[in-house]
Amino acid sequence: MANSKQVLGLYKQLLEKAYKFDNYNFREYSKRRIHDAFKDNKGLSDPKAIDEFYNKGIDSLALLHRQTTISQMYTFDKLVVEPLKKHH
Amino acid sequence: MYRRLVAFSRKPLRKSTVGASSVRPFSQTIIETSNPVTGELHITTNFTNGTQPPKGSTISLKSAKRDATQFGTRPIYLDVQATTPTDPRVLDKMMEFYTGLYGNPHSSTHSYGWETDREVEKAREYIADVINADPKEIIFTSGATESNNMVIKGVPRFYKNTKKHIITTQTEHKCVLDSARHMQDEGFEVTYLPVDSHGLINLDDLKNAIRKDTALVSIMAVNNEIGVIQPIKEIGEICRKNKIFFHTDAAQAFGKIPIDVNEMKIDLLSISSHKIYGPKGIGAVYVRRRPRVRLEPLINGGGQERGLRSGTLAPPLVAGFGEAARLIKQEMEYDQKYIDRLSNKLKSGLLAIPSTQLNGSEDPNSQYPGCVNVSFAYIEGESLLMALKDIALSSGSACTSASLEPSYVLHALGADDALAHSSIRFGIGRFTTEQEVDYVIQAINERVEFLRKMSPLWEMVQEGIDLNSIEWSGH
Repeated sequence: MANSKQVLGLYKQLLEKAYKFDNYNFREYSKRRIHDAFKDNKGLSDPKAIDEFYNKGIDSLALLHRQTTISQMYTFDKLVVEPLKKHH
Repeated sequence: MYRRLVAFSRKPLRKSTVGASSVRPFSQTIIETSNPVTGELHITTNFTNGTQPPKGSTISLKSAKRDATQFGTRPIYLDVQATTPTDPRVLDKMMEFYTGLYGNPHSSTHSYGWETDREVEKAREYIADVINADPKEIIFTSGATESNNMVIKGVPRFYKNTKKHIITTQTEHKCVLDSARHMQDEGFEVTYLPVDSHGLINLDDLKNAIRKDTALVSIMAVNNEIGVIQPIKEIGEICRKNKIFFHTDAAQAFGKIPIDVNEMKIDLLSISSHKIYGPKGIGAVYVRRRPRVRLEPLINGGGQERGLRSGTLAPPLVAGFGEAARLIKQEMEYDQKYIDRLSNKLKSGLLAIPSTQLNGSEDPNSQYPGCVNVSFAYIEGESLLMALKDIALSSGSACTSASLEPSYVLHALGADDALAHSSIRFGIGRFTTEQEVDYVIQAINERVEFLRKMSPLWEMVQEGIDLNSIEWSGH
């Protein structure tokens, strides 16, 4: 079973990746979705369910890695709601 | 053991050293469009603000609320009824098919064909799952327009010896209305049902319009301009009782409102991929097998898709569409809760402006919250759109946005020309942020006030003159 340290580490890694989206809307959505997914599954106690959720997170991390790379390769002008200075 | 990611270490890009050789480094080959620091490809779009305030005016249209040099220039996207951005998860699925899985899904002699065929069937399953259909009942087409054409032309043509009548509504999408008109030329009779001021049809009108030789009833589930949801279940029951095929155009409804083809007794249903964060260029039509619906295909050939739509499938698009359908089902509750919240915020923010009116139904059960259509009296919708260069909006469907004609959908609701001209549609989707909605509310508030200050009509209304009492002359 994934321990809380591993889960927390995954959460942190996912958010770090989400911040790397160059596209404002995808970045904001990923941040919100990751946060809400972890919050909604906070009460999970069944080890099998925790592992399933953890593995899904690992898959999402790989996906985010690929997609943020693509997003950084094809960039567009910033939106009118986006500050021009670097985010991080 | 847990799966580990091997491909995670990121090697820094090796910079080629520029020597005396004539070979240019990569970063110089696209010098006009690339960022000299990072070498990133950069596509620039210049949006110049053409709208200028009158001389002596203190209000400026240049920026909505803050220093423009601190912020980007690309407009906020608020037109998800026209099309949606492709979800990165969908693109991730599609990438496999553009890199390795290139087999023809209809090639049954080798594994290249089998592997793509397996993925195509998986996608079909995901799409069928959203509407509780059997995967065999899903036929892939090029989009909802083709699906609508196929149904509206195909079903009556198949039954043309005994049936000569089609029923549809006045507020349908152009592709349904145009196909219906085409069928009139072929000798069929078409009844266009009127709608009430909220955009809903009257079920008694439908019952009265049904004849012995009615072949097909086609009524859209969610309207693309005002977001009103028709009573699909009741319509389905009426049609089944009269043994008439019922088609619904669910391009705007698929995955956004709960649809069950068996419970709602839908016989045919059109779906579009790019309205659910999938790729453009693909759609599907659901064709019921029991009781069997028969139709004449538009495209003949190799007999793919049960012989109803020949031609090789596009596995990248099909798989992307399937993934989009899987996601929209998985995320439906989460997305709708979020869209609901933003929609309420936007509505209350916009309707706080005096002399505004919400088009569509007030009943939450018959109104899709992601589509907010508001009329701003005493302003021309197109001029407001011109003043809102920093927000991507539309005054109606994308197909008619090139013309200045007022929307026929709003006309059908009984709106007068002035109201139809002054309405704007706001679309909220999965990727809309709260920050964007806040910006839009403030920008609209400021621009509406600005344009009304210029409007002589608004001045008259403020002075208490009834506009209807004026006798206009000179034109």
